[in-house]
Amino acid sequence: MKILVCISKTPDTTAKIAFTANNTKFVAEGVQWIINPYDEWYALVRAIELKEAGTATIIHLVTVGLPDCDPVIRKALALGGDEAIRVNAESHDSYYIASQIAEVAKQGGYDLIFTGKETIDYNGSSIGGMLAELLDIPYVSLAIKFNMEGNDAIVVREIEGGEETDKVPLPLVVSCQKGMAEQRIPNMKGIMGARSKPLKVVEPIDVTPLTSIASFDLPPAKAGVKLVSADQPEELVRLLHEEAKVI
Amino acid sequence: MSVLIFLDQADGQIRKSSLEAACYGAKVAEQLGVNAEGIVLGTVTDDLASLGKYGLRRVHSATTEVFNQLDGQLFTKAIADLATASGATVIVFSNNLSGKAVASRLSVRLKAGLVSGAVALPDTSNGFIVKKTVFSGKAFANVAINTEIKIILLNPNSYSITIGEGVAEVATFQTAPAPAKVQVIDVNKVVGEVPLTEAEIVVSGGRGLKGPENWALVTDLAKLLGAATACSRPVADIEWRPHHEHVGQTGITIAPNLYFAIGISGAIQHLAGVNRSKTIVVINKDPEAPFFKAADYGIVGDVFEVMPKIIDAVKKLKGVS
Ligand SMILES: Cc1cc2nc3c(=O)[nH]c(=O)nc-3n(C[C@H](O)[C@H](O)[C@H](O)COP(=O)(O)OP(=O)(O)OC[C@H]3O[C@@H](n4cnc5c(N)ncnc54)[C@H](O)[C@@H]3O)c2cc1C
Repeated sequence: MKILVCISKTPDTTAKIAFTANNTKFVAEGVQWIINPYDEWYALVRAIELKEAGTATIIHLVTVGLPDCDPVIRKALALGGDEAIRVNAESHDSYYIASQIAEVAKQGGYDLIFTGKETIDYNGSSIGGMLAELLDIPYVSLAIKFNMEGNDAIVVREIEGGEETDKVPLPLVVSCQKGMAEQRIPNMKGIMGARSKPLKVVEPIDVTPLTSIASFDLPPAKAGVKLVSADQPEELVRLLHEEAKVI
Repeated sequence: MSVLIFLDQADGQIRKSSLEAACYGAKVAEQLGVNAEGIVLGTVTDDLASLGKYGLRRVHSATTEVFNQLDGQLFTKAIADLATASGATVIVFSNNLSGKAVASRLSVRLKAGLVSGAVALPDTSNGFIVKKTVFSGKAFANVAINTEIKIILLNPNSYSITIGEGVAEVATFQTAPAPAKVQVIDVNKVVGEVPLTEAEIVVSGGRGLKGPENWALVTDLAKLLGAATACSRPVADIEWRPHHEHVGQTGITIAPNLYFAIGISGAIQHLAGVNRSKTIVVINKDPEAPFFKAADYGIVGDVFEVMPKIIDAVKKLKGVS
């Protein structure tokens, strides 16, 4: 079984979010880039576990981005995976990215494609579904458990108000979240080994994005906290009822 | 031309988040001078004609058995066919788990630009621009949709429901879906709990509560307020609370009217998921806890002393003994 894991880079969770050029550009200077946590902690680690268990034979990683993505891809390779493919393009909208990954997927003939639940910067949550539609295969979103049973995948996923267990034939796209696996720290052997793993660079196919970001805004600042004495918690309840009118 | 709204159901009833989407879609239709129409797949017990009061002129319904289980491929095809037949130019979903599973496929099928996580009506003064949350709530992006058909996924609790007078015309449509490739073998739903993303009030606990045995301080208050419960990430990681309660940048993003944080420090990753809450209350014994900077009301104090008194005061307010 051949698995493709989609990897995206995002600003570190503590990065300062600021914009420039009339609020049209994210200020990337000084920002530390990490592997999108959902891609790393759940999608990639579960794929590695499947290989360790002998269920999967080959793991490829794919990212759409310019050469500045390479350190993040190497970091992912240090955790595991046999080779990485970078589609050499600036990332536009989700449709553009999904179309590039679909092309890689068609070339590679994968049985299983893992994505993270969403990226923590754009929060689109749509690459997996788009990819599945482009490839005309099933998509199971928000998976919390994944196992193989014969030729079928058994996936437990989150649905509104609970969980559902699905049995799905391969090939299949799965978006992964908490529960799939536990975060791992790359070891020295992994980091050294990652340097010699192939990182293939391919050129993008011609795709017109469907959306574009016109500008960004920051949320308005809070007016400041109103503190109530710890001796009079009932005063807080009164304020919430009479002033804020929320209870 | 029309605005089509996907009405997601929970055990036969249209979800609150879908009713928000209906009101939002009706407003978009008004902006564009067209009709708002709903689509319901599967069997519902709700009276579909009464959905007119949310601004829908027509509700399309297909009660085929297979639609009682949400299947991304089958739903996409049915919605795409109906959207094409009814000349929909805007399709609105709630940005809930069902919406996310279907809308992205539909976007590809219809070559329709999609914006998920919308928090405001589109700006149609120059193109079609939708405001959405990015960086897990730390900022917003104004996204231009450049295609003829547009798909919007509205964040729950971002648009308020208004009720009018109308009655919707109910139209059934026939479709013969292919057999589903995804076979659902088990469904496990928690009944009677307020879904976290739809909840108007959320009571949330952090490591300051010291252990799961103290959680009554959270759940008792939640019960009194009809609230959902949430927690910080470490609390879910050490399994004091279930994973699906974890809010924040790597958990669920919520925007209730009231977010009540008990013994949570307010780390940047936690704030990202909750900072769009309209009113934030923080109870923390450390006056330097970062959460106070993001709060509207707060008490600097020990949760074990403060919370029982708050619970008593709420009981009094609600007339519960
Ligand atoms: C990549 C990444 C992603 C992350 N994503 C998330 C996320 O999505 N959600 C999330 O929540 N966190 C996330 N975190 C973790 C985050 O950085 C914090 O560690 C976490 O939010 C802290 O949880 P806490 O406030 O419950 O615990 P603590 O930081 O331990 O804070 C406990 C608080 O309780 C107070 N307290 C203690 N005892 C009492 C008492 N008796 N009475 C009153 N107050 C008391 C303390 O003053 C303290 O402020 C992430 C971290 C990383 C690195």
